Amino acid sequence: LNKRISTLKRVFPLTIPVMTGYLALGIALGILMHSKGYSMFWVIFSSTFIYAGTMQFMAIPLLASGFHPVYAFILTIMINARFMFYGISMLTKFSNTGKYKPYLIFGLTDETFSLLCATEINEDEDKGEFMCYITLLNHLYWILGSLFGYLINSLFSFNTMGIDFVLTALFVVIFIDKWKQAKSKSPLILGLVAAILSRFVFGPVNLIIPTMIIILVIVTLLKDKKEWRDL
Amino acid sequence: MPLNNKETLIIMLVVTAATVFTRALPFILFPENKKTPKYIQYLGKVLPLTIVGMLVVYCLKDVSVLSGSHGIPELIAIVVIVILHLWKENTLLSIGVGTALYMFILQVFVR
Repeated sequence: LNKRISTLKRVFPLTIPVMTGYLALGIALGILMHSKGYSMFWVIFSSTFIYAGTMQFMAIPLLASGFHPVYAFILTIMINARFMFYGISMLTKFSNTGKYKPYLIFGLTDETFSLLCATEINEDEDKGEFMCYITLLNHLYWILGSLFGYLINSLFSFNTMGIDFVLTALFVVIFIDKWKQAKSKSPLILGLVAAILSRFVFGPVNLIIPTMIIILVIVTLLKDKKEWRDL
Repeated sequence: MPLNNKETLIIMLVVTAATVFTRALPFILFPENKKTPKYIQYLGKVLPLTIVGMLVVYCLKDVSVLSGSHGIPELIAIVVIVILHLWKENTLLSIGVGTALYMFILQVFVR
């Protein structure tokens, strides 16, 4: 047990940046879910089991659009497709982690992924246990954040009209970050243009699937172009 | 909450299952130390970039330039987020200020 506590002590400082982010965004999610009439059960359920922030925010308009389980499945795969590529990058890092491996895979969020990428683990450390604590702490911050948000909004009820915009703001910010990092802006523009086109051709309800088809076709056609390969 | 508890549970479970699926798939397809196909690696780099633009548009899909508030609150808030984020590069600040501004415009001027 002492060994575990000392590992936890080394892991905790690494997770502080994620803690601030997860508490703040978690609070926003909790407030949003409370304002849409969800009970505390759903907040805890969603943060514990879905544990994918973007998708949890997206689940709210998704649930509001009616009961469409197949569409929900496809939409989730599309939005979470990036996790597959996090997984691909983590194949070696997660190898030989034994009993910790399933949880490491389950908890591979954007933030945990970037933290694990940036962390060098010492030779004498049990790398499975070490990464498991990083993942676990981040998971707890997220659950606690959303729970705080829920409680804040149920204790001090304030006018939450327009709070859905937090999701738009999040994506705009991610878009700007990617715009600054990416060597080629074409994929970013493609996503915007394909979605705007689908919005006007197919309407607001059926926007995602045609957009994804357009994107996949164009991306596949252009796969040998240099500015698309070197991103 | 528009759906009943049972329907909500089913959708929540579907979303959970699909999320677990996306996270687990690479470890199922490419067992330890097997090489990933080139095309998959390429998609891995390109798709995350294209999705972001789509998500921005998805969030704004119900905005109409011709009716309601003509998308003006959204436009103002997004312009402020872009400027603030290019200037301060602080994710939480940009999201916080942008959302608060949008809520303020909506609640005070539009209602």
